[in-house]
Order: sequence, then C-alpha cells, then structure tokens
Amino acid sequence: MEEMLREYLPILVFLAIAVGLGLVLILAAVVLAVRNPDPEKVSAYECGFNAFDDARMKFDVRFYLVSILFIIFDLEIAMLFPWAVAFKDISMVGFWSMMVFLAVLTAGFAYEWKKGALEWE
Amino acid sequence: MISADLNIILPEILLSVFAMVALLGAVYTEKDKLAPTLVWITAAVMAAMALWIGTSGSGTNEAFGGMFIDDGFARFAKVTILISAAAVLVMSQEYMQRRGILRFEYPMLIALAAVGMMMMVSAGDLMALYMGLELQSLSLYVVASLRRDSVKSTEAGLKYFVLGALSSGLLLYGASLTYGYAGTTLFSGIVQTATEGHLSLGMLFGLVFLASGLAFKVSAVPFHMWTPDVYEGAPTPITAFFATAPKMAAMALFARLMHDAFGQAVGDWSQVIALLSLLSMFLGAVAAIGQTNIKRLMAYSSIAHMGYALMGLAAGSALGVQALLIYMAIYVTMNVGTFAFILSMERDGAPVTDISGLHMLSKREPAKALAMLVLLFSLAGVPPLVGFFGKLYVLRAAYEAGLAWLAVAGVVASVIGAFYYLRIVFYMYFGEERDDAVEMRSSPVLYGLLMASAIIMVAGVVNLFGIEGAAAAAAATLVN
Repeated sequence: MEEMLREYLPILVFLAIAVGLGLVLILAAVVLAVRNPDPEKVSAYECGFNAFDDARMKFDVRFYLVSILFIIFDLEIAMLFPWAVAFKDISMVGFWSMMVFLAVLTAGFAYEWKKGALEWE
Repeated sequence: MISADLNIILPEILLSVFAMVALLGAVYTEKDKLAPTLVWITAAVMAAMALWIGTSGSGTNEAFGGMFIDDGFARFAKVTILISAAAVLVMSQEYMQRRGILRFEYPMLIALAAVGMMMMVSAGDLMALYMGLELQSLSLYVVASLRRDSVKSTEAGLKYFVLGALSSGLLLYGASLTYGYAGTTLFSGIVQTATEGHLSLGMLFGLVFLASGLAFKVSAVPFHMWTPDVYEGAPTPITAFFATAPKMAAMALFARLMHDAFGQAVGDWSQVIALLSLLSMFLGAVAAIGQTNIKRLMAYSSIAHMGYALMGLAAGSALGVQALLIYMAIYVTMNVGTFAFILSMERDGAPVTDISGLHMLSKREPAKALAMLVLLFSLAGVPPLVGFFGKLYVLRAAYEAGLAWLAVAGVVASVIGAFYYLRIVFYMYFGEERDDAVEMRSSPVLYGLLMASAIIMVAGVVNLFGIEGAAAAAAATLVN
C-alpha cells in the first residue's frame, strides 16, 4: 500500500504547489497592493465616453448551440486521432466500433440538420 | 466471441437502434404529426421487450469481460422498468397532445432513457455504471424541461441538471478513489480488495462518495432537495415517469454496486444505507404534511418510499434484496395508478394539482374516488392492501439482519406518513362542498390504468401475483 501511495507523491507535491501558489498570488494582491480608488478610476472605461448601457446583455442562444455542436465534433476528432494512429494494431472489432460510433454521431447530425438547428435566420 | 457478447446485449442494441431510426424517420417525414403514433409504437416495443426479457433469459451471462452482466436480478429490474415506462408513455399521450407539448422527440428520449436504465441495472464495471447513468440522466434533464415556454418547467430542468451534474461529480470522484485503491474498475475485482470484511480507508472514502452520488439519483435524504421542485415544475406525465422507472433503475444499481463491488464488507456500508433510510422515511413523512400541491406531495411520498426500499438494502442479505425488489415493483405499480388519477384532474381544461379541489369527489366520481382511496391506503401501507406487504417484507428483512431499531423507526414513520394520504381520502369522502372542485377527465387509457392499479392492490393480497418467487430468484443471483 505504502509503495503504491508513494507513486502518487508527485501529484501530492503538485497539488500542494498549485494551491500554495494560488493562495500566495491572491493574498499578495490583498497585502501588497496600494488601493486608492476614486470614481473616475473605478468607472467603466469606454474610450473616453460615458458607459452606454449595462454590461449584461441578451445573447442569442444559437451561439451556444453552434458551440456545443462544435465541441461534439471536436471530441470526435479527439477520439478518431489515436484510433487512426493505432490503426495497424487494432482488430476488426476496433474498426467496427468506431464505424458504429460515427454512424450514431451522423444520425444525430442528420437529425439536427433536418430540424433546422444549423439555420441562422 | 464478440458475437456472443453482442447477443447478450441484444435488447439494449435493438432499443437504441429503434430510437435512432424512429427519430430520423420522424424528422424526415411528418415530424410532430407522427408523435402520437410513435408514442404507441415505442410503448409497444418496450412492452414486447419486457415480455421477451422476462421469458427468454436464463442463467447469468457476462459480456465484454464482465462489464455487462445479464442475470436474474437485472432481468427483474429491466422488466419492471420497461413495463412502467411503457405505461407512462401511453398515459401521457392524450394529456400532452391536448396541451400541445407532444413532440416526436418525447418517446425517443424515453426510449433512450430506458436504454440507459437497462445499462445501469446490468453494469458490472464502474465505467459501464457511469455510462448507463449518464445516458439516463441526460434524457431526463431534457424531458424535465419539455415545456420550454413555462418558467417552472425550464427551472425544473435546470435545477435537475445542475444538481444531477453535482451528483455525477461526487459519483465520479468516488469511482476514481475506488479505482485508485482497488486498481480495477471491475466490480468482481473491487470486491476482492476487502480484507476480513472491512475496506481500507481510501476505499471507504470511495464507497461513501459513490453512495452519495447514487443517493442523489434515488432522492434519499440528505440528497433529496431537488425532488419536490423538479416534480412540481415538470409536466405531470414527466413527473409520473420520474417517480417510476428511474427510481427502480437507480435502486437496482445501488443494490448491485453495494453487493457486487462491496459485498465482502457489508458492515461498512450497511450503516450508511441505514442512516439514509432513516432520514428519508422521516423527512418524507413529516415534510409532506404541509403540502397542498399533490405533485409536491407525491415527491415527498417518493422520498419516504425510497427510505423503505433502502431499508431492505441496509439489511445486506438476500432477503433484503428480495424485499427491495418486491417493494420497488409494488411502489411503481401504485405510482402508475396514482399518477393516472392526477393526470385526470382538471378544471376548465387546465390541469389542477391542488388537493383542495378533491373535496367531496366521492359524490361526483364514486368509482375513481374509490380507486384512489385504495391506492392511497396502499401507499400508506394500510393492511391488507398490497402496499402493506411491501413494507412488511422490508421490515422483516431489517429485523432479521439485526436492525430492529430501523424497523421500529420505519413503523413510526409510516404512521406519521399515513396522515397526509388519509387527509386526501378525508377530503374526497367527508369534505365540504366547494366551488373550486376538479372535474375528472379521464381518457380510457387513464381510467383503465387507474382501475387496473387499484385492482392489483386488492387482488394481489392473495399471492402478490407470484413476484415473491421471482424476486427471491433474482436476489439469489445477486447475493450469494
């Protein structure tokens, strides 16, 4: 058990450093920084104009849709790449598993296309 | 070799292929006009599959190196899941169509959720477990917010998604700890790491996180907070679905994980489950008293019922698993009937969920009031109805496993909980005449399911339709 735990020592060290460094950086700003706010300094800067409107605005949901679709196909590539590199060594089972995966993905793609999720206007 | 594996998971493959083909078929032709037909076809496919799994399977078969297990326990759970999902589908068709929320994606999402649930109850590996759980959960998040233009429904979906993601995170953390200390994700490998009936400290942490994640999914206290809001916000047919098949699947998965992966250290998890069970029973019984919305009331009722089912699991014996399976099968049947009643409640065409509308229902709808009376008595566990025998089984299993205190607490909670079931009966039979009374508009399907469920609760006292034997055989394949 102890030997196995020792294998994880690097991770422990890494976590200690990551947490420690993060804390130091945050606390350093609190402790060391000079704070001297005035209204001009803390107001929103828009090229010399007064702020036009609220920074929170409605954002078309279609952007999210497109980005989610992008991520799906991005992940597909992430899976295809090692599969292609190891193509010589994998069996027919490996080949057909990927074909089934691609078929399922294509079914989803065909559905969203026909449903009109890709049309902008 | 691979064809043998594929043969074992043939039901899951067929159901998912059906869902995908039907989805594409509908989107390229008539779209939502096909939805009612698709609902009925999906329900028929599921019912046929339940029949097939129930009659054809035999023995214990493992596929993909033990990642997928098809045994008597899994088959019992699958038959319950598929039948209840089919029942909820046919119940929802008329209700959703009249309110314009019946889309053709709905039956497909239910079918894919069913595939996930079948995967869950057959999981023999932490990765297979997670895959099934997520397939189920993702489908459920979407159907919870099916009514996109309603704030409550979208809120329900979002809440369910955020808390579901949190619980998945807990579960994954537990799975990674378990893998780190056991060196394998296979249940059959994890089970060998226990020494002298105890787990190492790291494994214990993994076990606790896994149990917390699953407690979210079965809505056991203290991981229940999403249940009332999601039940209230989701469209009523979806609530009916949430209360039945996914509960059975998550409970079966819970039992499989505990017995298959941690079966050599029963003492370690039995206490955790017993605590979950105790808290769920009492919170479910007490918190429902103040509810006037029948959907919220059913949410607390389901929390309490999960407490009783967990009592069977806490016993950690074959009898306990048998009691759990019997309890869940009865619970699902009762809930299908009760929700058939709730789906019929409306006034001027709009659905009503306030129980005050039920005053003096017995005068207007004697047959439906009587059926609901039987179901409520059964939910409360009043002898001699079937619900009482479910409770009797789990109490016996807990008592024989040396958890007499839990059994006593269960009886006390059941007496407290009887109040809010009986209050509805009081309204229906001895209430006052009011002008906000509900109209009961039952389609033949709803009427049939309500009556069938009530009749089962009465007629089942003879021999529980033989599920005792089936559950005992199923439990024997899990605990040995």
